[in-house]
Amino acid sequence: MLLVCIAPVVTFFCAFWLLPIARLLALPAEKGWEMYFVVLTNSKYLMSLLNTLLLSVLVTLLTLIVGGGVGIFLARTEFLGRRLLISLLTLPLSFPGVIVGFFIILLGGRQGTIANFADDMGWGRWTFAYGFLGLFLAYLYFSLPRAISSYTAAAESMNSSLEEVARSLGASRLQVIRDVWIPELAPATLACGAIVFATAMGAFGTAFTLASKFEVLPISIYNEFTNYANFSLAASLSIALGLVTSLTLALARRWSNDPVIG
Amino acid sequence: MKSNIRQSPILLLLTILVSLFIICPALLSITSGLEENYSKGWKSGFTLRWLRDVWSNYGNTVTASIAIALCCVIGNVLLGVTGAYALARSKSKLSIWFEELLTLPVAVPGLATALALILAYGQVREFRQSFAFVLVGHMIFTLPFMVRTVAASFRRQELIALEEASATLGAGFIERFFSILVPAALPAILSGSLMVFTLSIGEFNLTWMLHTPLTRTLPVGLADSYASMRIEIGSAYTMVFFIVVLPLLWLMQFVASLADKKYGT
Repeated sequence: MLLVCIAPVVTFFCAFWLLPIARLLALPAEKGWEMYFVVLTNSKYLMSLLNTLLLSVLVTLLTLIVGGGVGIFLARTEFLGRRLLISLLTLPLSFPGVIVGFFIILLGGRQGTIANFADDMGWGRWTFAYGFLGLFLAYLYFSLPRAISSYTAAAESMNSSLEEVARSLGASRLQVIRDVWIPELAPATLACGAIVFATAMGAFGTAFTLASKFEVLPISIYNEFTNYANFSLAASLSIALGLVTSLTLALARRWSNDPVIG
Repeated sequence: MKSNIRQSPILLLLTILVSLFIICPALLSITSGLEENYSKGWKSGFTLRWLRDVWSNYGNTVTASIAIALCCVIGNVLLGVTGAYALARSKSKLSIWFEELLTLPVAVPGLATALALILAYGQVREFRQSFAFVLVGHMIFTLPFMVRTVAASFRRQELIALEEASATLGAGFIERFFSILVPAALPAILSGSLMVFTLSIGEFNLTWMLHTPLTRTLPVGLADSYASMRIEIGSAYTMVFFIVVLPLLWLMQFVASLADKKYGT
């Protein structure tokens, strides 16, 4: 009976994911084994990989620091509309990446609010949407809600007596952060950091909308596939990217209890 | 615990800044979809013209997205609920392994899954050019959310006991499944369905690769309008997305809190 129950989902999954992915994995081999390492051996793709890693690491670090601070604040402060604010702040989790890219264009694009403002002030049209800064802000935008929601939950269940004892023994603010907050929030930090990093590495819609001058790996893959019909190269790059994201998430599930990721 | 620790003003300031950073662009995208001219701001007057333009240019993407999301939910309920039951009751190593495998489409970037699907089925023209191609991608991507949520509910100890009791009383499998298991797992099925629906409505990474000019979804249309239309139309279209998605999210939170009250956590 269990076999009958599991058969449809196994068939579907094998037909539409496992076998196609197996084919994708095998594709670069047709062009020789060195095709698998093209992301490391070709300077153009290596650059794109390093760009993506740099962007994702910076975004992850800032997201964790800022999200941690906001999460702690929201978990401990009682004010009118707190629930509403938390749900507004976590709303962007369900926005497609293209919308986040568009938000940055609205702010810092050629006709953006900030460009108009700067122009009115006589500073010239200040546009930042299409370079590193625009991409960085956009990635921060879709990463922060995740960090805020996990840190709020983690900080709500944090044991406050430890902090009170530390303070009454004369610990400074920095000592409290270092010796109480960081260790208590470490599991949430590791799990959330891994998810934020993997999401940033694989994000496509945002960079696509911004048509950024700062090229990231998903955009390289897309260009190779659609513009140059270079299938085995695109396959090789997506294998490299998939390895980075799935290994990061595999580490994350040790610390997380998210029903899907963990 | 909320009382006796003094709040730091730095955290308050940080929270205000972050809230502005997250909320302002969303508000901006709504107001600018209603303004006559974005660069002149609200002084140029308000209009519904852009919303009408969106509806005539992209109206079909809204219905297509809702239809795909609904099919995605139905398909994943059919495949996922039975599958989740088998995974919850099986003790074999193979099933643990399969459950792990199922989550990989979430861990791997959507681009890779889309490439794989195109390489494998791109030559089957009828399939490639139909909405079914997009649907299959969405189902693969959202399946783990359904299966794992429902399997966790089937694994509850009291449900196992209840099922055994009814089996010893002579209830057949079909009867047990529909009169005990499915009703007991209904909140999980419902919350899984809402999650699948929202993910499908907003999915872009896979869909951009899988779509054809005749099989566009809402996010695909959004990307198209951002690249080729006036900024006011892009904003109005973004507002349409919010109108479709926001009620769903509230419903999702409502169902979650309902399930919380009923079963506790």
